[in-house]
Amino acid sequence: MTLINDVKTLISKNIRDYGMYIALFVIFLIFTILTDGLFISSRNISNLLDSAGYIAVLAVGVMLVIVIRHIDLSIGFLAGFLGAIAAILLMQHGLPVYIVIPVILILGTIAGLFTGFLVAKIGIPAFVATLAGWLIYRGAILQVTEKSGTIIVQNDAFNAIGNGYIPSIMQISGLHLLSLLIGVLGIIFYNLSAISNRRNKIKYNFEVVSKQIFILQLVFVSAIIAAITWILAGYNGFSWTVMIILLVVLVYHFLTTKTVMGRHIYAVGSNPEAAHLSGINVNKITFIVFGSMGLLSALSGILFTSRLQSATTTAGTLFELDAIAAAYVGGVSAAGGVGKVTGAIIGAIVMASLTSGMNLLGVGISYQYMIKGGVLALAVIFDVMTRRKGH
Amino acid sequence: MSEYILEMKQISKEFTGVKALDNVNFKVKKGEIHCLVGENGAGKSTLMKVLSGVYPYGTYEGDIVYEGKVQQFNKITDSVNAGIVIIYQELALFPDLTVYENIFAGNEIKQGAFIDWNETIVEAKKLLEKVNLDVNPETLVKDLGVGKRQLIEIAKALSKDVKLLILDEPTAALNEDDSENLLNLLDELRKQGITCIMISHKLKEVISIADSATVIRDGQTIRTLDASKGEITENTIIKNMVGREIQDIYPKRAKKSYEEKVLELKNWSAYDQKLGRHVVKNANLYVKKGEIIGLAGLMGSGRTELALSIFGNAKAYKLQGDLLLDGMPKALKHTSEAIKAGIAYVTEDRKGDGLFLLQDIKSNISAANLQGISANGVINDNEEIKVADGYKTSLHIKASSLEQLVGKLSGGNQQKVSLGKWLFVGPKLLILDEPTRGIDVGAKFEIYTVMNKLIEEGMSIIMISSELGEVLGMSDRVYVMAEGEIKGELPIEKADQEKIMQLATQ
Repeated sequence: MTLINDVKTLISKNIRDYGMYIALFVIFLIFTILTDGLFISSRNISNLLDSAGYIAVLAVGVMLVIVIRHIDLSIGFLAGFLGAIAAILLMQHGLPVYIVIPVILILGTIAGLFTGFLVAKIGIPAFVATLAGWLIYRGAILQVTEKSGTIIVQNDAFNAIGNGYIPSIMQISGLHLLSLLIGVLGIIFYNLSAISNRRNKIKYNFEVVSKQIFILQLVFVSAIIAAITWILAGYNGFSWTVMIILLVVLVYHFLTTKTVMGRHIYAVGSNPEAAHLSGINVNKITFIVFGSMGLLSALSGILFTSRLQSATTTAGTLFELDAIAAAYVGGVSAAGGVGKVTGAIIGAIVMASLTSGMNLLGVGISYQYMIKGGVLALAVIFDVMTRRKGH
Repeated sequence: MSEYILEMKQISKEFTGVKALDNVNFKVKKGEIHCLVGENGAGKSTLMKVLSGVYPYGTYEGDIVYEGKVQQFNKITDSVNAGIVIIYQELALFPDLTVYENIFAGNEIKQGAFIDWNETIVEAKKLLEKVNLDVNPETLVKDLGVGKRQLIEIAKALSKDVKLLILDEPTAALNEDDSENLLNLLDELRKQGITCIMISHKLKEVISIADSATVIRDGQTIRTLDASKGEITENTIIKNMVGREIQDIYPKRAKKSYEEKVLELKNWSAYDQKLGRHVVKNANLYVKKGEIIGLAGLMGSGRTELALSIFGNAKAYKLQGDLLLDGMPKALKHTSEAIKAGIAYVTEDRKGDGLFLLQDIKSNISAANLQGISANGVINDNEEIKVADGYKTSLHIKASSLEQLVGKLSGGNQQKVSLGKWLFVGPKLLILDEPTRGIDVGAKFEIYTVMNKLIEEGMSIIMISSELGEVLGMSDRVYVMAEGEIKGELPIEKADQEKIMQLATQ
């Protein structure tokens, strides 16, 4: 059978890219069996994705920071601090949500650009510069919550970001209509773009995969989108958090894979000197990547504060390490120049699935840490092995 | 016992479908200097990696007979223990450690559990004497030049009781003095009975020093030449290497003369703040449309620095003087501005600051001109493949596909990718820094042909080269630099090796 052989070569050629998806699938399968299907229930999956949100957006940002051979340790407490500022602006100054959110995002971007300034212009190693940031933001969050302690956010619009769902318009036999529509649109969009992409390649006389394989690909991806939509539509539909993650993924995936700026980021990561001699402004890229990191930290802070409906004195603790772990599970390389947005997101979902699944099974927190550590190590081992073998 | 210290019999090695070595037979006599020559990608380095255990026993076919016994090296230490030491082109020294620490790194002299540093220094001094290197063993390696580092590598090899020393293009990065020094040392080691295999692209060296030379082409041994029979001549080597005779190493081009000056430098100086000295002093130079300027000089004479100061002041020197492009004064503050102004710089160090080794061929070719394949900042992937495919064909880049990682290509092909990347920028002035360093004769000829074609199309080229033959064969005019200054300008009719060397050593 040529088809089976084609599939085999396709998988062995792209084993690094597919590995994570296979791992995620296996994790889902194991937990589903062990929990008698509870894990895959609409409600659990919906909660799982919502709880992964604030780490997932950080993971995307820090993935790019790692790609350009830097690191950012300050993002956790920066997120916590900005979340507290958001709560203060909402509750103590009575500002409306539509002002608070942009203000927080801008503050985050400025904070990120400042880190970029320290790293790119002053030349402080990112580890040290962001370790200083880690301490400063940790102090700052204590400072602003010192008097009030935990700040409860009583603002339905703001709290909906982390807990609410997109409106349904109509329920069809218990399913969420707008979510179904989004899923269907997603499938149509994916298929159309894949087909036009293939057509273009054929027009230029480039090599494409065989027709059967291509159809198999379309069916496979469409089925996955359909399945996720179906599961989520069975509960409350897509949450605002899921919509935000989707938006971040779409925008960042596009920026990193399709634009000149994205290429410049990977060029700087794989060889900064060569990038400089290729006319790429390395400092500018460093600023952009750290600026985006700050922006996503702010978004993470908003998601977290909204999810808890309050700002606490310890918000943001260890977020940075969770995000870095997710990025590494998602296949980013410490040597620079290699890493994908989709990888970082899958990495974050893998970690959140482990937490969720083990919670359902009642696994103790001590074992949870050890198992997650093991998974992180395994992911990196897999990455290193396939890289050595491949190409 | 046989006269051969090493016999490699019927060695074959395959990389995912590509045969890198195909039934290679290679015999080295005891106590001789045996040169291994061949085009880039012919399989020389692969053969040496099989020998040294980088590719362990079992990953290749055939037998290695060393000192009369079939050997099964599973790792590099196995071959080192047997007295085989390989010194790579990219030296493996620790720049922040001292000379003596480097010499005995991995082979420390111990007294009980501790390192005996006094004994180490004494032994290091002895070894340095053996390699005729007069430096304090406590010097840091980073403070030494490439030539001296090479000698330290050899001292390190001697510390391991080497019987068979393998050198991979030892003189590629050395100037003529250091090269000669090294060859003299090899000659002395030969007298002490050390066998030496040397991979080299410099045929003059091969002719001057080799007892035998084996030519490898396309993964096969073509012929072993014997110096005592007078077989080692430039013609026979080249003929065997390329499988054809190259009548003229430097192809001719139709001479068209234009008068417009593309670039002119007036009283141009560059001050390096890190080094705290001028790297270019008061340079006056011009390049006309459609001509090749040869920039000759020894290593460290300021040629690369001059090029980088023109190319958007890439190293952020403090500049003085005027730079005129097409007669107009210009201040180029960043490499991107230089590229926009029509200047391209192909680096001498393609692996270090030229290519993105972990990226594929097409991304490398498009890297300096992504605007050329994008609209509104969005890249057209198909256009990129088309462009890269064009250069792959026109520059004869040998690769399995455009998706192949550049780090996996041979030196000559990497250089072609580098050249393609800069041609895609569409420059008026192309600065080539050592364009054929570490490249075989065939690829050299191809690069010269491309240069001629570009000149005929009206481009201008500044060629920095340490190979005098290349400078004399390709240039229309020659500038000679020494100590950051331009010591002289020679029209090609009046230039010869002696005059250039005279100016370069002023």
